[in-house]
Amino acid sequence: MVRSWDDKIFNTIVYVILGLCGLAAILPILYVVSVSITPFGEVLRNGGFILFPREITFSAYRTLLTESNIPSAFRVTVLITVIGTAVNIVLTGLMAYPLSRKNLPGRNVFLLMIVFTLLFSGGLIPTYLVVKSLGLLDSIWAMILPNAIWSFNVLIMKSFFEGLPEELFESARMDGAKEFRILLQIVAPLSIPVLLTVGLFYLVGHWNEFFQAIFYVTDRTLFPLQVVVREILMQSQQPLENAENMMPTQTMQMASVMIASLPVIIVYPFLQKHFTKGMLLGSIKG
Amino acid sequence: MRTGQLETNAPRMQPASQTKLQSALKAFWRFRAFYVMLLPGVIYFIVFRYFPMYGVIIAFKDFSIMDGITGSAWADPWFKHFQAFYESPYFSQLLTNTLLISCYKLIWGTFPPIIVAILLNECRIRWLKSIVQTLTYMPHFLSWVIIFGILLTLFSQNGGLVNRWIVEMGGESIPFLTSTEYFRSILVGSEIWQNLGWGAIIYLAAMAGIDPTLYEAAKVDGASRMRMIWHITLPGIRSIIVLLFVLKLGHLLDAGFDQIYILYNIQVYPVADILDTWVYRTGLQQLNFSLASAVGLFKSVIGLILVLGANRVAKKWGESIW
Repeated sequence: MVRSWDDKIFNTIVYVILGLCGLAAILPILYVVSVSITPFGEVLRNGGFILFPREITFSAYRTLLTESNIPSAFRVTVLITVIGTAVNIVLTGLMAYPLSRKNLPGRNVFLLMIVFTLLFSGGLIPTYLVVKSLGLLDSIWAMILPNAIWSFNVLIMKSFFEGLPEELFESARMDGAKEFRILLQIVAPLSIPVLLTVGLFYLVGHWNEFFQAIFYVTDRTLFPLQVVVREILMQSQQPLENAENMMPTQTMQMASVMIASLPVIIVYPFLQKHFTKGMLLGSIKG
Repeated sequence: MRTGQLETNAPRMQPASQTKLQSALKAFWRFRAFYVMLLPGVIYFIVFRYFPMYGVIIAFKDFSIMDGITGSAWADPWFKHFQAFYESPYFSQLLTNTLLISCYKLIWGTFPPIIVAILLNECRIRWLKSIVQTLTYMPHFLSWVIIFGILLTLFSQNGGLVNRWIVEMGGESIPFLTSTEYFRSILVGSEIWQNLGWGAIIYLAAMAGIDPTLYEAAKVDGASRMRMIWHITLPGIRSIIVLLFVLKLGHLLDAGFDQIYILYNIQVYPVADILDTWVYRTGLQQLNFSLASAVGLFKSVIGLILVLGANRVAKKWGESIW
């Protein structure tokens, strides 16, 4: 009797703290949503406390989508994300598959070449000079190529490929299939889970692209979403670009934050499983 | 195969080495498809990862854009830029900031995810568990720009929610984001917020590996849930806790460039400027390439030593613990 009573108290405490953690994670985001759809006057009147706005307006979104450079930045980000992820997956897969063949001569040299980059890098300035000398500055490729392969993702994919049954490859080779065909028609379909996991990490990385843009791009028309949103957040005192005498009010700022984060927030819950799996795969390797 | 080769090896040297070369070529030819596949990746690594490692020699040169990496004159003495950095007032400030912010994050950031993992592990309501997991993992995927936006609405001096409350209750508004007093707490706090749930994943996985009969036996003995956490769950994940801690120690010089660059402002440079942010400003904004490379190299080398040391320690302990 005492036992179950203790258990109940214990459970209640656990549930309450967990609930609080959940709320702590979601409330700030909900607050941003409600600020972004509440008329600014209303926000001021309520002392800023509006979780469930009484009046809803999408005018901030309308202004951003018609009178700022958010739409063009959105296009840049989508472009980087689509092209970038495709490049990432192809290059990473092409590299991981041969390295998963344990009898490949020189395999260790290639692996060392990859692992070493996890430990040491030339640093920002020398990398900038390489990008510059390739003539990539101020192009979308500057935001795609310098990070075309994440060493870690090669290792994750490689260890997944190593887990595929050897007999599959043997019998395919017996049938005279070329390696490229084996990779495309046998390995790839069996590797959907790892392709998804790795692909999603690349995808989110591109969507959140910020630093390569500020390092290598000065052409404003090529700025991705995150860079433009940060500008809007920073210039709370100055007029918004292309909009005369328009102060980016808090409403406007939060609307831009929502535009930049909504795709991730919407898509994420459906793909959560794959992200989690990737995290564990990665940490086992690391 | 091997013995056969040895026999031919012994009597005559010349042909033997030829057959060796031939067999190497043969092997290469047999695996040619694989090497073709590797080619784009290898080119990528050489161009974007290894050229910069070569380019780092500009840390020892007086680099000018006109003359290029090879054409620029060597610095005199070769450690000129390192010395300049060491003697500048930035040196101790940057190093202190980097290490302090890292240590704060390490100390404050280690335990919250462990606690969340334990709570999730104890949670007996499945839907609650999965909802909390989904919610707390999400901030991990928000960029720092987004989190900066959230921080602005909550903490900015004019218009931030918290300051509105403070003013309404008759207090003075507090410049959380622009004062040296609060900025580091904002850094640590926002990092914890971002990684609270995500950091718990690995501990949860480790807990799933604990032998369930241990819990059953403890239950029979009449142990309370608290005692089971203390005597079974925590010891079960102890090695993972230690391992992750040591690995994080290896990255002590990475105080979080992404986060700090996006959140900081000129008012908080004295407490927030770290090696990486300084390298960025000195190199790409003031175009002092050689000095910035020297500082970058300084950081990379110490970082390499730290990571290798941490890995060695982790391996040693790992063997004795596993």
